[in-house]
Amino acid sequence: MATLSPTLASGDLTSGRLPKFTVPVAIVASLALGYVLASVLGGGNLALATLLAFVIYLVGIEIAARIVEGARQASDHRARNLIVGAFVLALVPLGSVSWEAISKGLARFDATYFSNSMRNVVGEGGGAAHAIYGTLWVTGMASLISVPIGLMTAIYLAEYGGRNRLSKAITFFVDVMTGVPSIVAGLFAYALMSLVFGPGTKNGFSGAIALSVLMIPVVVRSCEELLRLVPNELREASYALGVPKWVTIVRVVIPTAVSGLVSGIILAVARVIGETAPLLIAAGFTASVNNNLFANPMMTLPVFVYDSYAHPGTDIQAYTDRAWAGALTLILIVMVLNLVGRLIARRFAPKTGR
Amino acid sequence: MSKRIETTDLNVYYGSFRAVEDVTITIEPRTVTAFIGPSGCGKSTFLRTLNRMHEVIPGARVEGEVLLDGENLYGNGVDPVRVRRQVGMVFQRPNPFPTMSIRENVLAGITLNFSRMPKSEQDDLVERSLRNANLWEEVKNRLSLPGSGLSGGQQQRLCIARAIAMAPDVLLMDEPCSALDPISTLAIEDLIGELKENYTIVIVTHNMQQAARVSDVTAFFNIAGTGSPGRLIESGPTDKIFSAPDVRATEDYISGRFG
Amino acid sequence: MTDTPTGQQDTAVGGPAQPVAGLTGRRRPGEAVFRGVATGAGILILLILMLVAGFLVFQGSPALFADPAKLASQGYGEFAAWVLPYAFGTVWAAVLALALAVPVAIGIALFISHYAPRRLAQPLGYVIDLLAAVPSVVFGLWGSLVLAPAVFPLYKWLNENMGWFPLFSGRYSGTGRTILTAAIVLATMVLPIVTSLCREVFLQAPRLHEEAALALGATRWEMIKMAVLPFARPGIIAAVMLGLGRALGETMAVTMVLSGTRNITFLLLTSENPNTIAATIAQNFPEASGLKTSQLIAAGLVLFLITLVVNMIARWIVARRAEYSGAN
Repeated sequence: MATLSPTLASGDLTSGRLPKFTVPVAIVASLALGYVLASVLGGGNLALATLLAFVIYLVGIEIAARIVEGARQASDHRARNLIVGAFVLALVPLGSVSWEAISKGLARFDATYFSNSMRNVVGEGGGAAHAIYGTLWVTGMASLISVPIGLMTAIYLAEYGGRNRLSKAITFFVDVMTGVPSIVAGLFAYALMSLVFGPGTKNGFSGAIALSVLMIPVVVRSCEELLRLVPNELREASYALGVPKWVTIVRVVIPTAVSGLVSGIILAVARVIGETAPLLIAAGFTASVNNNLFANPMMTLPVFVYDSYAHPGTDIQAYTDRAWAGALTLILIVMVLNLVGRLIARRFAPKTGR
Repeated sequence: MSKRIETTDLNVYYGSFRAVEDVTITIEPRTVTAFIGPSGCGKSTFLRTLNRMHEVIPGARVEGEVLLDGENLYGNGVDPVRVRRQVGMVFQRPNPFPTMSIRENVLAGITLNFSRMPKSEQDDLVERSLRNANLWEEVKNRLSLPGSGLSGGQQQRLCIARAIAMAPDVLLMDEPCSALDPISTLAIEDLIGELKENYTIVIVTHNMQQAARVSDVTAFFNIAGTGSPGRLIESGPTDKIFSAPDVRATEDYISGRFG
Repeated sequence: MTDTPTGQQDTAVGGPAQPVAGLTGRRRPGEAVFRGVATGAGILILLILMLVAGFLVFQGSPALFADPAKLASQGYGEFAAWVLPYAFGTVWAAVLALALAVPVAIGIALFISHYAPRRLAQPLGYVIDLLAAVPSVVFGLWGSLVLAPAVFPLYKWLNENMGWFPLFSGRYSGTGRTILTAAIVLATMVLPIVTSLCREVFLQAPRLHEEAALALGATRWEMIKMAVLPFARPGIIAAVMLGLGRALGETMAVTMVLSGTRNITFLLLTSENPNTIAATIAQNFPEASGLKTSQLIAAGLVLFLITLVVNMIARWIVARRAEYSGAN
């Protein structure tokens, strides 16, 4: 029976497979070979060794598979190895950024850093207190502007708009807004402030406007999506009880979606809290604490990191250390916001009742 | 409270499409009226015009009259929100509010409409409504738990309790048992039999045995074909419709010789 | 006796409910107010975008219409000639970044959608999303202080041994801070968005086609080539365009890695690198005033237009795909 097809030369379904131990053995062998080669060629550079090992592994498996399993299986192996390699490659910057931020950031991750500003500091010491306050002020103000506008727009789109002209236009321009480069948002805020308060005005409120331009479309998108997830049956149940539409939205639809809305807003905040370029343009620099959103430049954490890096004083190491501590603080803030956002979304996911 | 519904030459449109054509029917108080007919014949659409719920769908409109004890639901200055407070509705799938407890679900119509009511009256209303919905004994010890934790049949009875807590004159039911198991269905059918003492009940059902079991009057809807509007073919006492209908199509449908 | 409500629900509603008396009632202000506020918020967004465009044009216009002599003395020189190299740098850096990111992104997306164990797929997706959470200024810091020194030996080697290849020729930079480094940082930053979009389209590939391919005896890679990639091609293109839009507008990575100059060159490893529009604005804006400010704002407008066109093309591809595939 098995010899019916001449192409199946052996007639054996299990023939022509590399033994299971091939992969681990090949990995170990090519790593070893890579290190040997690297130490001969480039003095033992770790990255070079890994790269060489990967190439050796690819070629080795390719040849082995081509001999034992045939060309088709060999290309399957090659594709799999490259695909897994791509994933591992992407982990390199992630790991490197986290490692560097932690190892270099911890040098100045101390009490002074969080309590002192850079006022009258030229060398060591000083801190980012002014920048942390500034970030809280600016981001808080930006949320205060973006959340109502974004949420109400999402309500219009999901509950009132239907498919009319206005809602199509809004959807389209929200899409356009999503693509506005962040620095252009900064320029807009600057141009607006220059017009209202005179040329060259830079203050925290201007920064908040710039961030709002970036934040509003994110809030609209996520809130609209969540409102649309609320089952229509709940709206109908409410209407059938003689509840007006707006009360239905406020007291039935929004409470049902509230965890998702909160999580979407937190993720939107996480998205803009690390923005640097627009704040550089709109909020400016300062070395002192400024708690007034409407007067004088306001420092923010991302701009502090940039400033410490770009304009180091005489003691470069002190500035670099402060930049890394700022980077670590930013990463931690963003990670915590992301984590909280996702936890809220998962923990209090809308109970649809079935 | 229980009121009579009369419609004359009622047409329902979705945009330019006529979904229901020239329905004239009188629905008596303190009776159960069942609407039967094949899918897409407009019986649910027609039901939803009786409390103006069809207006939720964009482009839906009505021509003709629906009189609730002589007052036209579509008259000038009539507020659909007020109409719905007097004509309650129960849907195909149970839809308790997931963010509310059992007790809050029963009181939803009151609280969502910002009506103030002393706590003792609220307690009273909750118990009365749940008792009328035959649910009190099953949930009286867990009134503060979410309504979505109940079984499907219990949820549907909770929705009925929620509807009757508003003290409506009419109760519309759109295939209330189609998502339930046979035992829950039986419980709802028993409940319908009790509720008709106090309410005008209109029920849409696909299940002819159910129509035969629960209703006093049956109305048969049909369509000539896809794209043509649904029509009321005939209505009359349930016994008569099921034993000796006037129209051939009704007999075909009831005896299962239909499509 | 007709009533023709054309809108969605009722328009006359609102306010605390009185005990029900009759069917007619006064109009409730609540509904009108709420609906008005929601509509107003939507219109406000349109207004904001118009303002963005309007203000940029208004504040940037002196740069476009001022006397060339004045521009030369008080500004950066004639606008078009001044901005062109930066526009080139912007596009070149973004294209390089995409060239690096797209193959990797497709690989990761395939890994998550078709290779990784199902249980691991979602956590692995989160890991890649973490990259998107790292603020750009941190990437900038990392790019110039960590990545540049790390890739320097590689650049040196490439330049010395593969200098015959045009892109690698010239005199290699002594710091590793070249346009290629900036492009690697940009690639890292756009990787998550391109990956997640690709992953989505790969997961939408019709299961039946995949199973049919496997049933014909295809290997997994052949199945992907036959059933997944052809289906996903428009989606991949759209993902690439959206990634391009992101890379074009990204500021800090380039600002911090490059000390860019104003020249047009394709060389990857030299210390003479073309700067991008966004980086130029960030580097010069704090000190600029008068006509210089106008010119920088006008440059921002040019950047806005470039990203707008790229994003529009992406949306157009997505919309077209949604129309004919019916996948959504």
